[in-house]
Amino acid sequence: MIPSTATFLIWRGDAQGGAFQEYRIGISEGMVVLDAVHRIQAEQDNTLAVRWNCKAGKCGSCAAEVNGRPRLMCMTRLGDLALDRPVTLEPMRTFPLLRDLVTDVSWNFRTKLAIQPLRTRPADAPDGTWRMMQRDVDRPQEFRKCIECFLCQDVCHVLRDHRLFDRYIGPRLLVYTAQLEMNPIDAADRLGDLKDLHGIGYCNITKCCTTVCPEEIKITDNAIIPLKERLVDAFYDPLTRLARALGLRG
Amino acid sequence: MLAYEAIRHDVLVIGAGGAGLRAAIEASAEGASVGVVCKSLLGKAHTVMAEGGIAAAMANVDERDNWRVHFSDTMRGGQYVNNWRMAELHAKEAPERIRELEAWGALFDRTGDGRILQRHFGGHRYARLVHVGDRTGLEMIRTLQDHGIHRGIEFYMEFTVCALLTEGNRVVGAVAYSREKGTFFVFQAKAVVLATGGIGRSYRITSNSWECTGDGLALAYRAGAELADMEFVQFHPTGMVWPPSVAGLLVTESVRGEGGVLRNNQGRRFMFDDIPEAYRAQTADNEEEGWRYTQGDRNARRPPELVTRDHVARCIVREIKEGRGSPHGGVFLDIAWIREKIPNSAEHIKRKLPSMYDQFLKLAGIDITKVPMEVGPTTHYMMGGIRVDGDSQVSSVEGLFAAGECAAGLHGANRLGGNSLSDLLVFGRRAGLYAAQFARQAQWVEADQNQVHAVIAHAVEPFERAAAHPADSPYRILEELRELMQNLVGIVRTGEEMTQALDGLAKFKERALRVGVVGNRFYNPGWHTSLDLDNQLIVSEAVCRAALTRSESRGAHYRLDYPNKDVRWGHINLVVRRADDGMAVVERPLPEMPQELKAIIEEMK
Ligand SMILES: Cc1cc2nc3c(=O)[nH]c(=O)nc-3n(C[C@H](O)[C@H](O)[C@H](O)COP(=O)(O)OP(=O)(O)OC[C@H]3O[C@@H](n4cnc5c(N)ncnc54)[C@H](O)[C@@H]3O)c2cc1C
Ligand code: SF4
Ligand code: SF4
Ligand code: FES
Repeated sequence: MIPSTATFLIWRGDAQGGAFQEYRIGISEGMVVLDAVHRIQAEQDNTLAVRWNCKAGKCGSCAAEVNGRPRLMCMTRLGDLALDRPVTLEPMRTFPLLRDLVTDVSWNFRTKLAIQPLRTRPADAPDGTWRMMQRDVDRPQEFRKCIECFLCQDVCHVLRDHRLFDRYIGPRLLVYTAQLEMNPIDAADRLGDLKDLHGIGYCNITKCCTTVCPEEIKITDNAIIPLKERLVDAFYDPLTRLARALGLRG
Repeated sequence: MLAYEAIRHDVLVIGAGGAGLRAAIEASAEGASVGVVCKSLLGKAHTVMAEGGIAAAMANVDERDNWRVHFSDTMRGGQYVNNWRMAELHAKEAPERIRELEAWGALFDRTGDGRILQRHFGGHRYARLVHVGDRTGLEMIRTLQDHGIHRGIEFYMEFTVCALLTEGNRVVGAVAYSREKGTFFVFQAKAVVLATGGIGRSYRITSNSWECTGDGLALAYRAGAELADMEFVQFHPTGMVWPPSVAGLLVTESVRGEGGVLRNNQGRRFMFDDIPEAYRAQTADNEEEGWRYTQGDRNARRPPELVTRDHVARCIVREIKEGRGSPHGGVFLDIAWIREKIPNSAEHIKRKLPSMYDQFLKLAGIDITKVPMEVGPTTHYMMGGIRVDGDSQVSSVEGLFAAGECAAGLHGANRLGGNSLSDLLVFGRRAGLYAAQFARQAQWVEADQNQVHAVIAHAVEPFERAAAHPADSPYRILEELRELMQNLVGIVRTGEEMTQALDGLAKFKERALRVGVVGNRFYNPGWHTSLDLDNQLIVSEAVCRAALTRSESRGAHYRLDYPNKDVRWGHINLVVRRADDGMAVVERPLPEMPQELKAIIEEMK
């Protein structure tokens, strides 16, 4: 049985600064962290800011740091946390704070625009459609499970500690690029951009991103490493280099 | 007077779910300058939650399918009070809208020969739902988002529109506030497309996200537009019932489509006990045939679990009321049983229903490959909404268009699963197209500054009230409102209870005038809730008044005091609009259906 009350230390503040504030509330079976925040909001402080939408782990809005670990608040059950001491709730630390638990994640949306969109190859069938086998879409489908919670961006040290926002697009957007590159109908070439503009070289495969992904996407093994391998093939293998120079696609 | 920023677009789209995004893409392709405002971040609208699929008669899996069958399925599901023109266009155009999504990057599950796979769903005669596992909504919204951001559309994320601006019977723009900063914006537009989604948050038990407060319906109503079919609220038969904090969360119909069965606490497949007349010929009369159907046997008929949602929901309520429910007040939905039929069933279930497996494991600690789930009805979808023209989606206000869940007509008295996502694509596109065309020939009409000032002054009032005297909490009123709608205007309705509900709503309206909020306008959820509340009150009253007027039972609208269908009502839509002395409900006869459509319905009976 879980106890009937719990204590939360929640970060309150804005870009100017802030502090943890303590709240004590009654809890019931099956509650998730987001329920607790809502209860505090409704009963104790109407101004406590939190971003959420689906409360079902599907929209990726409610990312925060729970006891220092990046999580979706709506999928973190209180029963799975140690409630004999206060539960700390903080905003994602990698992004600028707007207020309380809400951060400004607009950088992710702006940066995505710099990635070349899908460019389709000619259709396979006279009716203008393509033929794709399930085994050919399995891998990009894994990447398309991404709910854009940006938890992986939050933990990636290149962004979090080194703050290379202008040089590195981060794991989420590498997954996005991989999904486009592996779409069977795509004909665009993003490898040069990956190397020169999007900073894939900054990733040193620590795999922290993979551990926090709520969709269990194998970000490093299945997206980043294969992209790095394609790059090596394209830019360091003499034959494909020649082909690229001649404008042919490897 | 508070300052505001002025912005101008030919076409302003309010909402960035499937309908809004599709409308924006089309309007932009027509050369209009387009702005999209939405309450959440891009890609997070309620559409992201959709699971089962998109209905389109592509005939990839069953070549017997075509638009005529889809049309007649949709009309039968809606009990023939649908806007038949919309049902026709929807059935005809949905396949093209799917192919377009694929060309924009969507990767749907595949058939053995590399085409788009389709699955069975309730009320659809053939396997018709295009899908990606059980995360189809995500695929759809991400595809539209990633395509849309490269089309020169301006996005205003985390903005809430609090009023439309009008000049006579013409819409000329909207006032919005930024949720993040609390500052105001005045959008001037030649045409406005409402794509604001559903109303589910006005009920206690719902599958809907927080955005579904019916804003678009209230905005349109206040601007003088007509609402229609407000009595038809869909209660999905299977929502989670336990633990309490997730009660209402959807359990997708695909569970039943993949062979899941409903049982009461005596282990009985109670859906066999009451199969509606209209579906008897199409429904299996034994368990074996039903199972074969779910496994793709084209000669088998569907199991009774897959008749329309309104009927399944009522059967579940009956089982619970008569004491045959599950421990937490639901019934059992069992997919684990298929281990008797399929080797390695656990893997099979995880592959077919990955999000459901996850949802139960993570939120309820239940492994659905081993034990049955407990489920009960949840408020899910609004068939009613803004009354529109079937071709152009224009409302009764000039320049004001509506598409998607906030518009009425396509689904009549009950929506079939999968018909919403296709609705968003077909009519989102049409709304965008006609809005851009309207904008092209329309003149700019400047917004009336008095209107603008009045809207902004009204929006900040709750802060002043809090300072003035002890005020009511928006959260408290909202909680009571949701409870009232749940109990008195829910699945089973009576005239007496709804009259009581109207009294209750009148009291909430008075209390809402005294709502106060503290803090400042910077990302202040208390303030946001107080403004949403106004919309929820209007929408709830409209549902209640329409439901009280329709003295029969049809589709999702079930009256205990009028338990049967009435032929007279079969020719009438109810329209709700603002009148001098409050809210008016008027009867509108359905337009005569053309002969060729009638013939299709006859043929498919
Ligand atoms: C769990 C679940 C599963 C479902 N599964 C399916 C399925 O498999 N197949 C199917 O066909 N249907 C399904 N549905 C139904 C379907 O998902 C919805 O009907 C549909 O997504 C509604 O889309 P929409 O574009 O009309 O609105 P929404 O996606 O609800 O978007 C509304 C938009 O309007 C914005 N908005 C609202 N008010 C304002 C305002 N005041 N100011 C600014 N912006 C505003 C919101 O921010 C949002 O961007 C499902 C529904 C649920 C809840
Ligand atoms: S593996 Fe790469 S992308 Fe992932 S956290 Fe480490 S450095 Fe960042
Ligand atoms: S890859 Fe995973 S962690 Fe990163 S944004 Fe997507 S869902 Fe979130
Ligand atoms: S609220 Fe949508 S993922 Fe948590």
